[in-house]
Amino acid sequence: MSEDRLSYYGRPIIKEPVWKPEIPLYFFAGGLAGASATLSLGARMTRNEPLARASLFAAAAAVSVSPPLLIKDLGRPARFYNMLRVFKVTSPMSVGTWIASAEGTSTGVAAACELFGVMPRLKLFAQTIAGLLGPAMATYTGALVAQSVVPVWHEARQDLPLTFAAGSAASAGGAAAILTPTAFAGPARRLAILGGLAELVTVEVMKKRLGNLVAEPYEQGEAAKYTKLSTAATLAGTALMARAGRRRVGAVAAGALLLAGALCERFAVYHAGKQSAADPHYTSIPQRERVR
Amino acid sequence: MKQGDGATTYGPEQQPRVGFFTDTSICIGCKACEVACKEWNLVPEDGLSWTGHSYDNTGELGADTWRHVAFIEQQPTHGDFRWLMSSDVCKHCTHAGCLDVCPTGAVMRTEFGTVVIQDDVCNGCGYCVTACPFGVISKREIGGDGGMHKCTLCYDRLQDGLEPACAKACPTDSIQFGPLDELIDRARERCEHLVESGVEDARLYLADENDGIGGAGAFFLLLDEPEVYGLPPDPVVPTKNLDTIWGAAAAAAGALAVGLIAAFIGGSD
Repeated sequence: MSEDRLSYYGRPIIKEPVWKPEIPLYFFAGGLAGASATLSLGARMTRNEPLARASLFAAAAAVSVSPPLLIKDLGRPARFYNMLRVFKVTSPMSVGTWIASAEGTSTGVAAACELFGVMPRLKLFAQTIAGLLGPAMATYTGALVAQSVVPVWHEARQDLPLTFAAGSAASAGGAAAILTPTAFAGPARRLAILGGLAELVTVEVMKKRLGNLVAEPYEQGEAAKYTKLSTAATLAGTALMARAGRRRVGAVAAGALLLAGALCERFAVYHAGKQSAADPHYTSIPQRERVR
Repeated sequence: MKQGDGATTYGPEQQPRVGFFTDTSICIGCKACEVACKEWNLVPEDGLSWTGHSYDNTGELGADTWRHVAFIEQQPTHGDFRWLMSSDVCKHCTHAGCLDVCPTGAVMRTEFGTVVIQDDVCNGCGYCVTACPFGVISKREIGGDGGMHKCTLCYDRLQDGLEPACAKACPTDSIQFGPLDELIDRARERCEHLVESGVEDARLYLADENDGIGGAGAFFLLLDEPEVYGLPPDPVVPTKNLDTIWGAAAAAAGALAVGLIAAFIGGSD
């Protein structure tokens, strides 16, 4: 037995995250909501009403499933409001609770005004807040997982927020391309292609910078499965959006592929974290090298 | 003001920082600490199975195991068989990841400088579990509890001027409780004595306030590398990189905003 392979009966040193699949689902929904809200604001400012409407409704749909997902994952769901009594910058979850609450409320108000065609000034005000908070909503979740002792997450702290931002752009572009008449969906298509390409690149950069050992979970088990699915779907979606995005069928298929790719990417990160925590060597070997 | 002092929070109620010095060189593996802890703190049963790992049938620290005795059997190629035993516990870190990331304020620093989860506040989000470099905390599933639990360093006993149950029950004084400064002095002396007597592997673990967690409220004298006991060799609190993390998130948000603006160049179609 070589010295750097020491462990206590192969048992993990750190605990596996207790989060259930609701959490990666939320990462996806939150990213979609945030980027869609900003896309909608941009469309409104450029007087592209069909795109503004479609992406606002996409944002509202994504933001409305977020609280149930987050609350359901709590060990004591009835006490979710305890997070709303505290604000801590040392806790991305605390900061994120406030970002998500503000984003959810403003998007909800704007979408309701849009749906019923009432209170245009309130709508614009709410939509502006939602649009400005959108990028924060889409990226804080990357900071949330990075702020942990899980090696595959913490060592990717420079990359995870950008990876999540790229996935959010791809999914918001994809969703809007599905929901908007093609003549008005130009910005959505470009966002989808930009996001898809960025997602493919940032994921590779992240794995490269993690190094062979720490990035290993992405090559194994569930994480590998979702990584492959994500890469394939994102690659196909991006290419299809570029080639056939101006046709209805092409836009719908490409949008769906990009949404699936972004969703699988969050699941890849989630499973990689679990696998990274389960093996003591991902924790001990880099630390041992540090103290040598 | 050094973090972990708590003097700013507690004012005149502030007490000297206390902790554990666990001297594993005199641990006999009796598990009296595990039993005393469970009885005093009403910690539920943590599984009645055999692990096959020497005399360790507890496995690891967690919501239902606040003291854990590790058993390591070593048969080197040269030399005598050696049986290592060590009672592990929450480290009550100076810079505590669990406390930093808790979004409800359930995890708090007490007037004794220890770290406690307030069970009536915890909503079971589990963020503390991923922020602990030692894998001390987990979710209690028994009876649908759903909350996160760990060693309180017997906060209730401390408030009544008593030592924690595990230290009280330890028959060899392998677990020593007291003001942290005194314990560290005593531990250094003990370690030097052991090394001078020929136990060259003896070393202190987490007794250095310049380490990645700012030193611990529970530190150890070990006879082998920390990994052998299931402990991380160089634990770092994740909040140490807080600036980098928020910086990366801000940069990513900015990049996303730029990308969104760029998408509008070229018109609606």
